[in-house]
Amino acid sequence: MAAVLDATPFNFVAIVLLVSMGAGLLGSLLGLGGGLILIPVLTLVLKVDIRYAVGASIVSVIATSSGAAAAYVRDGLANLRVAMFLELATVAGAVTGAMLAGVVSGRALYFLFGAVMAYSALAMLRKLREDGSPRVEPPPDMLADRLALHGSYYDASTEQLVAYRVHRPLAGLGLMYVAGTVSGLLGIGSGALKVPAMDLAMGLPIKVSTATSNFMIGVTAAASAGIYFARGDIDPFIAGPVCVGVTVGAFTGSRYLTKLKSGSLRMLFVAVLLWVSFEMLAKGVRG
Amino acid sequence: MSPQVAEPRAPEELPAAAVHPVALPETVPLTPELLISQLLRGGVLLSLSLVTCGMVMTFFRHPDYFSSPDALQRLTSPDSAPHRLSDVFEGVMAVRGQSFVMAGLLVMITVPVLRVALSLSIFRAQRDRAYAAITTGVLALLLLAFLLGGVE
Repeated sequence: MAAVLDATPFNFVAIVLLVSMGAGLLGSLLGLGGGLILIPVLTLVLKVDIRYAVGASIVSVIATSSGAAAAYVRDGLANLRVAMFLELATVAGAVTGAMLAGVVSGRALYFLFGAVMAYSALAMLRKLREDGSPRVEPPPDMLADRLALHGSYYDASTEQLVAYRVHRPLAGLGLMYVAGTVSGLLGIGSGALKVPAMDLAMGLPIKVSTATSNFMIGVTAAASAGIYFARGDIDPFIAGPVCVGVTVGAFTGSRYLTKLKSGSLRMLFVAVLLWVSFEMLAKGVRG
Repeated sequence: MSPQVAEPRAPEELPAAAVHPVALPETVPLTPELLISQLLRGGVLLSLSLVTCGMVMTFFRHPDYFSSPDALQRLTSPDSAPHRLSDVFEGVMAVRGQSFVMAGLLVMITVPVLRVALSLSIFRAQRDRAYAAITTGVLALLLLAFLLGGVE
């Protein structure tokens, strides 16, 4: 760490760029904003002040979301109506979270976050076992019908047009409010909470959930980023290279997402969720 | 449903004669998906250009950043990052590299807001009242967030 602190500004920027590229690549493949990977590296390895790490992360989250979403939207993978409907809840949550940030203790946050993530990971693991059987058609849902939330997408790995139906939009709305609050509190995109809310609660296919989550994250993060900027928590010297690196990585990742089979994507996702939730819980316990 | 029963020939003629020649050339390049995709890509590219230019300018104006470890302490220590729009604007006018980076980051923060605004005009053009209302709600919440941030 001393070695990094003795680095010149140029070396620092170069290292931050490389790390951010890796985080952006992984983040877009998983439907995460990359913030979960970036914040530990920036604070623990590069010794950046936590406030600035969070400020840089939140802008990079917008970059990842917008960069990857441009491709998902063009390819018809993201469901724009589901996204807009659920953004009501994520943005309201982001405002709540940013206002709560000064009240709740850091340890409680880490612990809560770890617990929620572990739950999401285990729930997805359970779904993975059931996935050998063909997708079950969700029961009819009046509100989903009225909002015309159903959709279809082209699956490049099976070369088929897959139509899907959506149900329980209100359950999704409630879960998205929680995801938005976590995003506003911790300065992350919280795609790890958004994907299960659509995948498990609303019955969207995993690829559509991942793409739609990526699409929505930018709006959620923009709500908190405005507040971080006003607080002076966005340092251009750190946030600049983070933003560029993450976008380049996310662009590369989004080009290869449709080529991954859903099963392997989900396994990768579960492994990352479990790892991060363990880290979070440990930090909550140790303080 | 009912027109199909009442006039079996009309629906078959309409798509071929009226819908295809007029609608196809206009709707294909202007699907909402494509518009939004272009906006996202354009906004991100503009933001990244500003950030990259600003970073290059910074190192141009401060050659000591290639050799001096002391400068890093100053640049990454918690002091005053610009946090008012007027500060950033003045810095850009003074051709300060870090202000260009900051302007690029602010463009990035604005992109999702513009995307929601664009969605609103798309839903209104489609006369989709329910989604126009939903999108207006999202936009109002975003503006509320920025106002709350300014107050703090």
